[in-house]
Amino acid sequence: MNELLLPSAKMLAMPQRSTADAATRRWLRDLRAEGETHDEAVARLRGLLLRAARFEVSRRRPALPQLGGAELDELAQDAADDATLSVLRRLDDFRGESRFTTWAYKFALLEAAVKVRRRAWRGRELPVEPETWGSFEDPGAGPEERAERALLLSALRQGIETALTPHQRRVLVALALDGVPIDVLAERLGTNRNALYKSLHDARRRLRAHLAANGFTGDGLTGGW
Amino acid sequence: MGSPDLNLTLLRLLGPAEPELGCDRCFAELDRYVELQLAGSDADRAVPGMHAHLAGCPACAEEHESLRALLELEGVS
Repeated sequence: MNELLLPSAKMLAMPQRSTADAATRRWLRDLRAEGETHDEAVARLRGLLLRAARFEVSRRRPALPQLGGAELDELAQDAADDATLSVLRRLDDFRGESRFTTWAYKFALLEAAVKVRRRAWRGRELPVEPETWGSFEDPGAGPEERAERALLLSALRQGIETALTPHQRRVLVALALDGVPIDVLAERLGTNRNALYKSLHDARRRLRAHLAANGFTGDGLTGGW
Repeated sequence: MGSPDLNLTLLRLLGPAEPELGCDRCFAELDRYVELQLAGSDADRAVPGMHAHLAGCPACAEEHESLRALLELEGVS
């Protein structure tokens, strides 16, 4: 049965890596210090996170063709600022199971990726109807395959229309069919990524059950459902 | 069965078949998971449900790819 895993007791009780590398120990010591040592460590951290944020913005640049270099760098600077605050606020959450820099990088990558996705969708209306139905024509498919596909698409459409709550339908259609980034939809709906993914997960589970109830066993379908 | 577009849409609609982590747990485990991958360890065994989540959540998958690429660029293994 498909399910969302909760953290197990084993995962939560996992011991800290006993031999944190010297660089990690230095980061933690300096960031927890006071005065000049702390300030210098925060400045080093911010520089580290800016490098990661610029890396991410550069990777996602095709999503923002309208922005010039200065605007893109401003976005990376904002992401580095927010990530620095997040790292400092959550320093006690660091479990020593990776290098400190690896742990810190993920905050910068997240902040930068979210900012790029939201900027790319700024001012765009969210689609209210599925935009990709009907785009599955395969000229190479034989009559039997086309008939199977038509039945499957019909069952999917019916499942989306009848088996989901209005919220689940909106989330599934936006994320899975219309390509709305999850962070953009979360912002528009006033929620967060984790809660929205839970709704998506529940919708997918209902849709799977609908297909199974209508005789679709999943044999030969991509995704292994 | 089906064209690549249909297969991709099916994956997006139906998600992974296996149990998976949520986005918050994915983020909490991401640094450890990527370092284990780069070290050649069995990251999927160490973090059950991560692989399935990355298949079902494009945003988390992008951030996983970015962290891995950044560490590779820095020569972390």
